[in-house]
Amino acid sequence: MGLDAVVRPSPLQEISEEEAIQIQVPSALPPDSFTLKPYVDQSETLSKLVQLGVNLWELEQRPNVGSMLVRLDFHADVAPKLLFLKDLGVEESKLGTILTKNPFILTESLDNLEARVSYLKTKKFSQESVAVMVSKAPYLLNFSVERLDNRLGFFQKQLGLSAEKTRNVVTRLPKLLCRSLEPIKENLKVCELEFGFRGNEIQHIVTTVPKVLIANKRKLTQIFDFVHNTMDVPHSLIAKFPQVLNAKFLRIKERHLFLEYLGRAQYQPSQPNYISLDRLVFLPDDVFCSDVALATLEDFERFQKTL
Amino acid sequence: MTTKAARLFRRMDGLFAVYKPQGVHWKLIRDTIESNLLKELNSCPPPAPQLAVKFQLLSSGENNGSKDLILSPSMLPSLANHPLVKGPQFHKVHVGVGHRLDAFSSGVLVLGVGKGNYVLEHLCKSHVTRDYTLEGEFGRATDDFSHTTRVIEKTTYDHVTQDKLERVLAMIQGANQKALITYSQMDLRTQEAYELAVKGLLYPHGKSPPILTGLRCIHFNPPHFTLEVQCVNETQKYLRKLIHEVGLELRSSAVCSGVRRTRDGPFKAENALTRQHWTADCIIQAIAHFRKTTRKIRKSGMYRQTDGQLNSSAKIQEQIRSEIGQSDQEHVELTSPTFDRIVDRVAPGTG
Repeated sequence: MGLDAVVRPSPLQEISEEEAIQIQVPSALPPDSFTLKPYVDQSETLSKLVQLGVNLWELEQRPNVGSMLVRLDFHADVAPKLLFLKDLGVEESKLGTILTKNPFILTESLDNLEARVSYLKTKKFSQESVAVMVSKAPYLLNFSVERLDNRLGFFQKQLGLSAEKTRNVVTRLPKLLCRSLEPIKENLKVCELEFGFRGNEIQHIVTTVPKVLIANKRKLTQIFDFVHNTMDVPHSLIAKFPQVLNAKFLRIKERHLFLEYLGRAQYQPSQPNYISLDRLVFLPDDVFCSDVALATLEDFERFQKTL
Repeated sequence: MTTKAARLFRRMDGLFAVYKPQGVHWKLIRDTIESNLLKELNSCPPPAPQLAVKFQLLSSGENNGSKDLILSPSMLPSLANHPLVKGPQFHKVHVGVGHRLDAFSSGVLVLGVGKGNYVLEHLCKSHVTRDYTLEGEFGRATDDFSHTTRVIEKTTYDHVTQDKLERVLAMIQGANQKALITYSQMDLRTQEAYELAVKGLLYPHGKSPPILTGLRCIHFNPPHFTLEVQCVNETQKYLRKLIHEVGLELRSSAVCSGVRRTRDGPFKAENALTRQHWTADCIIQAIAHFRKTTRKIRKSGMYRQTDGQLNSSAKIQEQIRSEIGQSDQEHVELTSPTFDRIVDRVAPGTG
């Protein structure tokens, strides 16, 4: 009685073509891996996503997103949502960035997505504005109808704006609907109490520069303190040019000190050689030096090195 | 065959200087510069996609006539090495900072990229001094010695004249000269040490407290005044405290409203990059500009490791000084010369 004498064919043995075709080769895919690289070529979903422009490398850094993407079926899950977004009017070039920022749009059910879009349309948002909002804030359609309703109501009530203006503000900055409301409430309180803006001034600021609502409170206070106390600009002028609250603090500071050094720092509209705040902040450096400060760029750089 | 990105990365090796604006932490600057360099590197075109053998069901050739599908191999581009799957080509560029500047101060900040970081170490150990401009204001004293923090006391300053200020500065300078001689651990009775002291090449040996090698008042307009300082081993808080002590010596009080570093060793403010120029090509140009200086720092650092070779190090001193040449003498009126050249120090006890 010898040992198990199963005759296994040797690798160098000749076999016929029919036998060769019937050999089952197990898949070479590893059962688990740290990256999506081994699965990209085999999986139809992943290769189509890469061709769309989705940044798989970024997505696999997030916990559990990689496994979710591998398990998706292209024809059942991914294709209907992509067609839905295309019907909505989202440009094809933007689809990649939207999916990179929010891959969970592929796991949301199609009924929910359609319900939220129809809710926004009942609130009189046009088709193009909904498409623009989705491209700017990819998480928008993952929020429930109640939450969107809550937020829109809050903005209309708090800011006291008409429905048309609220729609305008939300279309330009749809992130307002996605974030929590506490920091926005704090920013509004700061504008009203600390800065001392009146109600209609705040309304004008928010409609011109909605970013003030989600700006960092400390940076906003720093800019306002410098513009109001050091540059001596009154509230009415700041409310007229709210872009200055959105600019970088160092830029405002260096340009103002340069103008003061040259003796051209005049911010009152009634005086001659008046410089408006938006020109101070908005112009690029070379145009600022030649038109506003009437000096060369080298002078400005030399002055920067003395600050 | 090197890619464009690899060639660009190889050029990012060396030291350069940046002008740090006031109110910004030095780490933010270092991070900004690193991300700007990475952005430029990753924007270079990626290499061509790799081909992989794939078996596809293709129809057989025309000689058969029938439409049979057979498995045939072909080379197709594989998506596994696509940049969107693999990630960016460069994740990190090693950017290091020389002598740090705290958030309140502004001025020249030396940064090293890639292999330049090793030279940064030599720069820190070499005998370089730093040049500061301190702005002070009489009449107040605060807890942090700067003009923005809580005021502790207010005093009058009408009795302060430029003459008294100069006298106080001379006294401080004398104390610092004595400290320099003590910490250099050299016996001034020897001829060698005397010659070094005459040329102004004394330097503290080992760890030492901050020492001012030069101090003068460049502007006096009460309550504001400006001092120019050359120092060694300092921190910016020490310099603000210096202003406070000057105020105390004058029977008044003073706060510091600005600390500005105008020179860090051989790196001067004229060649420092301002904020608009923190892009990859400007940085590479600045590295190329400072290449000679970097080489000299590295040479002087290498030779310092061999201690006791007195004659060779003295010769190198002369060589380096003649090569760098007489740079513009901005600080002519100072009592001690500026250390804007990299010089070797003679080892103690070998005099």
